[in-house]
Amino acid sequence: MAGEFGNPEVVEEEVDILLIGGGMACCGAGYEVMRWAESTDLKIRLVDKAAMDRSGAVAMGLSAINTYIGTEQDPADYTRMVSNDLMGITRDDLAYDVGRHVDESVHLFEEWGLPIWKTDENGERFDGSKGMTPLKDGGKPVRSGKWQIMINGESYKWIVAEAAKKALGTDNIQERIFIVKLVNDKNDPNRVAGAVGFSVREDKVFIYKAKAILLAAGGCVNIFRPRSVGEGTGRAWYPVWNAGSTYAMAAEAGAEMTLMENRFVPTRFKDGYGPVGAWFLLFKSKATNAVGEVYMDRNKDMLDDYPPYGAAAVPASCLRNHLMLKEMKEGRGPIWMDTVTALANLRETLTPREVKHLEAEAWEDFLDMCIGQCGIWVGENIEPEKKNSELMPTEPYLLGSHSGCCGIWVSGPTDVGAPTDEAYSEGIPEHLPKGWNWGYRAMTTVTGLWTAGDGVGASGHKFSSGSHAEGRLAAKAMVKYCLDNKDLKPELDTSVEDLVAEIYQPVRNYMEHKDYSTAIDINPHYITPKMLQFRLQKIMDEYVAGVATYYTTNAHMLAVAGEKIDMLKEDAEKMRAKDLHELLRAWENYHRIITAEAHMKHIEFRQESRYPGFYYRMDKNFVDEENWKCFVNSVYDKKTQKWTCFKRAHVDLVDKSKLFK
Amino acid sequence: MPTFVRTDKCDGCKGQDKTACMYICPHDLMTLDKDGSVTGHAMKAYNQEPEQCWECYSCVKICPQQAIEARHYADIVPLGGSVQPLRGSDSIMWTIKFRNGTLKRFKFPIRTTPEGSIDPYGGKPAADMSKIEENGFFVQCNGYREGDRSELIKL
Repeated sequence: MAGEFGNPEVVEEEVDILLIGGGMACCGAGYEVMRWAESTDLKIRLVDKAAMDRSGAVAMGLSAINTYIGTEQDPADYTRMVSNDLMGITRDDLAYDVGRHVDESVHLFEEWGLPIWKTDENGERFDGSKGMTPLKDGGKPVRSGKWQIMINGESYKWIVAEAAKKALGTDNIQERIFIVKLVNDKNDPNRVAGAVGFSVREDKVFIYKAKAILLAAGGCVNIFRPRSVGEGTGRAWYPVWNAGSTYAMAAEAGAEMTLMENRFVPTRFKDGYGPVGAWFLLFKSKATNAVGEVYMDRNKDMLDDYPPYGAAAVPASCLRNHLMLKEMKEGRGPIWMDTVTALANLRETLTPREVKHLEAEAWEDFLDMCIGQCGIWVGENIEPEKKNSELMPTEPYLLGSHSGCCGIWVSGPTDVGAPTDEAYSEGIPEHLPKGWNWGYRAMTTVTGLWTAGDGVGASGHKFSSGSHAEGRLAAKAMVKYCLDNKDLKPELDTSVEDLVAEIYQPVRNYMEHKDYSTAIDINPHYITPKMLQFRLQKIMDEYVAGVATYYTTNAHMLAVAGEKIDMLKEDAEKMRAKDLHELLRAWENYHRIITAEAHMKHIEFRQESRYPGFYYRMDKNFVDEENWKCFVNSVYDKKTQKWTCFKRAHVDLVDKSKLFK
Repeated sequence: MPTFVRTDKCDGCKGQDKTACMYICPHDLMTLDKDGSVTGHAMKAYNQEPEQCWECYSCVKICPQQAIEARHYADIVPLGGSVQPLRGSDSIMWTIKFRNGTLKRFKFPIRTTPEGSIDPYGGKPAADMSKIEENGFFVQCNGYREGDRSELIKL
């Protein structure tokens, strides 16, 4: 029996392994964990705030799998690409491990029914419904880039979720439950003992105790004021429901974070944020300034300012933005994707059947993963073979699986030469491990807490497939941990009563004060989650290098942002929730604030501009290889609400000079 | 909007406890107006927070009555166009209408196996517990890429 609004029923459960999230990473974990747990009596549960069929970043579908290594490339090649795209500072051990495992997941996707495009012996391409040789038996994918393969991916998530749901069994899955907080162990503050959240459908609070928890709830969207602030607010490039929950909950539990200064500012089709990858890589389109000059050629010399990262065959993503921003700032916008020329050129080289297919391919690229872009094309009468489209750099996003690498510091593989000690001793809090592998694979620095996908920092470019594989790696390690710790009895460090009170605080704020004023949204005793989000977005946009300042900031602006965020955090305790939907928004926005604060603190700590094109510290507008080619990591103290940032040494495990030969 | 529910088509999923669109929306936007007090249309669904809509079309695709469409972001897009799918079991059909009246239709495959047919562990070996700490997964699908170890310069 459910409780009532303001007085929820409390459901307490104890499991061995708790999976938080339902996206690619947790679907991978769910699939792998059940097979390893088969011969054990481990109790496993997956909790998703949405419905697994369409949750996470792949909800809408995808038109490509961006990480498929294939037989012709080495995991070391992949590791080098990841490193250079993220300006040299990534964990080679983590990228390498994803690289050698990821194709296993892709081969499963194809077996389960995901259509993957193929080329025949003449090099002609076919969509994935034609029953050609599967990848695992040597079938040739259609490469849209060195690492990407094209798919008919409208039902990508639906398919991957079906396998995960069947593996887990419906009894072990709970949907529409939003986990908002991890709880540490009463007997060991550096161990996780459980997680708490609430149903967004009925008045119930859920208190889980677990030995091992996988926190994989996506990246962070909408902490910066978006370029569209009306209905278009929802048209974020990354899914609007990714609220930084992974980062905020892990940080509050004491997990060491890494590279939270990193962000991704994708250059995409303007307003709809449709993907550009296939246009650049498959259709060989060029991007130009207003008068048709290719800015990557015109401003080529600017790449020399950032050795060696600008010198690779494919310069780092941020540097490509850097060259484009020069055109915009100097008044040579708008920036165009020259689709007309690209399609005309292709018509000259393709067979008649392929030409007919080409138009459909161009539309499918959007229809599979960004339907809103088609909405803009039809509204503006844009047919890509007749009219070019504008490009625009978006508002900043925080994520760890795409072309970004912020996230949580995790234990890596032990067989690839990763350091086991620290070159720096200064500043690293003593309770934290030394080196890159301190125990179970993918475990964070908090005992019993794992992450995957967007959660794992310092190893970007995993994308959908790599996130699935990473979830599977974590799952194996979690089973081993549970078997090694059979007698462990997790005990929550906070009483159930206090936890329930904290989760439902926004409801109480509303109930206590709603009759004070006549207008429900204007009341001095509470703030709506929506207004709180606007305040956060305004601060981040104007002071922490959003679009308002062309991605620039400095120490002074960051100090102002710090003061404003402090007050915002205080006011977060006064958020109201007039219903369960608003309670969901309240907690999402709390997670956004903590994530945004981490981002700001890390940018403040790193005394350089490591990612030109993504953000600029104008008072330190250079890349300082000597002093800052290192990880910036941090821990958060939830009692004092303060961050401690520190350096960890960077080490290359594969030879990067091969990129520049 | 961006997705909206047509009053002439929505049947509230015939009075079930939750509608298909409520079930699927990744952002908890679709809701059922049971008594009509919000929309004036009892037992019909609506998008309760249109400015949070990603236009992912999950609700559009799942609606059994094809009652949900999108009117694209009004702060960005000129009126008059529409992009409407009909999702079947193995393919999806798109009807695309431009503001100027141009019409296009596309059909793409969505899966090669019948929906619901996945047998996750069928024909797959049980996990070998003695290998739980080794690289690789419980099953090998010819996708593990053992790299050239000489590339690892710290070994």
